[in-house]
Amino acid sequence: MANKRIDEPTGTETVGHEWDGIEELNTPLPRWWLWTFYLTIIFAIVYVILYPAWPMVDKATEGVLGWSSRGQLAEKMSAAEQAQQGFRDQLANIPIERLPDDSALMARAVAGGQAAFKVHCTQCHGSGGAGDQKLGYPNLNDDAWLWGGDLKAIQYTITHGVRWPDDDETRFSQMPPFEGALDDAQLGAVIDHVLSLSGKAKPNAAGTQIFGDNCAACHGPQGKGGRDVGAPNLSDAIWLRGSERDALRRQILGPRMGVMPAWGERLDPVTIKMLAAYVHSLGGGEDFVEVAKDPEVKVDEQP
Amino acid sequence: MPEKLYEKRKAVHNKRIDGPFRRFKWFVMFVTLAIYYVTPWIRWDRGPFAPDQAVLVDLAHRRFYMFGIEIWPHEFYFVAGLLIMAGIGLFLVTSAVGRAWCGYACPQTVWTDLFQHIDRFVDGDRNARARLDKAPWGPKKIARRGFKWSIYLLISLATGGAWILYFADAPTLFQDFFTLQAPMVAYATVGILTLTTFTLGGFMREQVCIYMCPWPRIQSAMLDEKSLIVTYKDWRGEPRGSLKKAKKDPEHFGDCIDCNQCVAVCPTGIDIREGPQIGCITCALCIDACDRVMKDIGRPRGLIDYATLEDCREEALGHPAKPVWKTLLRPRTLVYFGVWGAIGAALLFALGTRTHTDLTVSPDRNPPYMLMSDGSIRNSYTLKLRNMESRPREMVVAIEGLPGGKMWTDTIGADEAAPVQSFNVPADQIRTVRAYVVAPKDATSREFTFRLTSQDEQRETDTVETRFDAPAGGS
Ligand code: SF4
Ligand code: SF4
Repeated sequence: MANKRIDEPTGTETVGHEWDGIEELNTPLPRWWLWTFYLTIIFAIVYVILYPAWPMVDKATEGVLGWSSRGQLAEKMSAAEQAQQGFRDQLANIPIERLPDDSALMARAVAGGQAAFKVHCTQCHGSGGAGDQKLGYPNLNDDAWLWGGDLKAIQYTITHGVRWPDDDETRFSQMPPFEGALDDAQLGAVIDHVLSLSGKAKPNAAGTQIFGDNCAACHGPQGKGGRDVGAPNLSDAIWLRGSERDALRRQILGPRMGVMPAWGERLDPVTIKMLAAYVHSLGGGEDFVEVAKDPEVKVDEQP
Repeated sequence: MPEKLYEKRKAVHNKRIDGPFRRFKWFVMFVTLAIYYVTPWIRWDRGPFAPDQAVLVDLAHRRFYMFGIEIWPHEFYFVAGLLIMAGIGLFLVTSAVGRAWCGYACPQTVWTDLFQHIDRFVDGDRNARARLDKAPWGPKKIARRGFKWSIYLLISLATGGAWILYFADAPTLFQDFFTLQAPMVAYATVGILTLTTFTLGGFMREQVCIYMCPWPRIQSAMLDEKSLIVTYKDWRGEPRGSLKKAKKDPEHFGDCIDCNQCVAVCPTGIDIREGPQIGCITCALCIDACDRVMKDIGRPRGLIDYATLEDCREEALGHPAKPVWKTLLRPRTLVYFGVWGAIGAALLFALGTRTHTDLTVSPDRNPPYMLMSDGSIRNSYTLKLRNMESRPREMVVAIEGLPGGKMWTDTIGADEAAPVQSFNVPADQIRTVRAYVVAPKDATSREFTFRLTSQDEQRETDTVETRFDAPAGGS
């Protein structure tokens, strides 16, 4: 060190640094400060021994406490699951018809269903449940239901799927292809008739005749459809696969029919109940016919 | 000389003093401590649905109550405004009267002062304390110290204890605390605050001000040569000499008789005659001490005094000092005061005109609209109805500007859809409602308004404009 010297006025040694004539005095640190500093060093050593700290080739040293953030997460997850158990039990025990009576439970079911929907259902029905007309995935927000829109019907559809070959109780219906059965004029007439059901075209006698002979069995004489066979209502404003003449022509000649997996194979009944509650809550859910008529009625759980 | 690795703290045994500044310090200490300890016990009737504590920070329910004012999280700008006012207030005070905060109002100063009075009460004044400090440890000293430290501890406990009372109902928490039923965090908080008060107020004292606190540095930077600070007027005092010497040769000596009283009374143990320094908290006790000495030796007071550096220069040259009011009312302080007052006025105005209802609307964008089987169009919204009164209220939400529009919600069925719906909102809560708005077949996209009106005598209203989406070209 160069110019170490004693500073005159204070009698303190300088450290020997000088900037523009300003010199630094060598003033000792207070004792408590040093002790605090030593304590931090001890703390660091103890910490490194107790906790994962030192990076090695593939992972850090483990620490004698065996603590890890993954372990902590697992602990928290299992605690959260345990905390949910009461709610899940409650949900398992309540018949789905009675769920709307317990608004707090219903709200939790809807929230849980929303989370499950994001994981399992958005791939086809979209994250908002709006489906897709081009691909024929039904919109779950509107008030048109192929198989029924009360909680129980929705629960059944989710559990057993639609046209799912591995499930004997799946929702099943089939529309025969009319390829070759109708000539062009007949096809045009029946398309006009179908469009006329919702006021999109003028009615015509030939179309009415063809419809009555071939379609009314499933779709009903007024084209109102039928939920027992999953036949779409043709007289409302909602079209699963589009309302253009081309789309109708394609659907009559070679109907495409959607498939939905039977989620009962993969999800537990409580999750399915929550999913049903969520789908029901999207704005188109229907009341139970029996319950709506007589609030005291006992409804059995089995579909 | 072997180099010292550390410096041992030199204990400060400041002497008792009386005088106008000391009395002011007593006054401030009394007022601040009283406010701190008494406030949580003041009751304030807010009706059956809200707490009746006058000042309460309710973290669990995210409310802040201050007498008649209730702050919700979304009104946090009030707190931000108060913090800004506190900051500017500090500029104002510092630029006018120097580090007054440090000298009188800082908690560290107040509690240190309190603890120094305990020292004096238990161990006696300066000399007795210094003697006891040097005395070897024996039963007597141990008993004395034990007694003193238990008083420290009691005060610390009361300090930490009072803090938690601001965060819960004070009488209940007080009782729970002693019956061991209070939440763990309460005990932890009291424990930590007791410990910090005990060590910072009892043992570290001026070291906090000199080494740990950033404030003195900041405050020194806010001073200028027109700020009032405690100064020793060296042109008047120097050269100093004992009273005897000065009497013999009055021509040669200044007013300071080197009696060291100013050093003896200083709570941070510094010598103000060395000039303004970071250790000085501007408590003015040395002024009291020196004024007394000046009176005894028949000289005018104010050898150490509150003065501006500018005044000092003037006085040294023999000019009269500026009157104090001129020092206080100068452009810089006036500007600070103006800004400070303007923010305060704005806050008061906001406080006076705010309503106790609030509506927020967020439209669903996924999907933006929905075609229903009868051809009508539906949009969905999440409404938040906020009732900021401590009683349940009925509120009505109406749709305006959407011809034929009707609404229903997750609790009001579609069969009861209507342009106006009414809701009960519980006291002091937000009710979240999922609302569905349907418009007839031929509806087009347009702006429309949700209007919320409380149905009580106040009839407060809030409106929110939002958008109704429909397929392009109708359905
Ligand atoms: S109290 Fe006044 S007279 Fe005594 S030493 Fe201090 S400045 Fe000098
Ligand atoms: S020098 Fe004077 S004003 Fe400064 S801290 Fe000491 S007694 Fe207080």
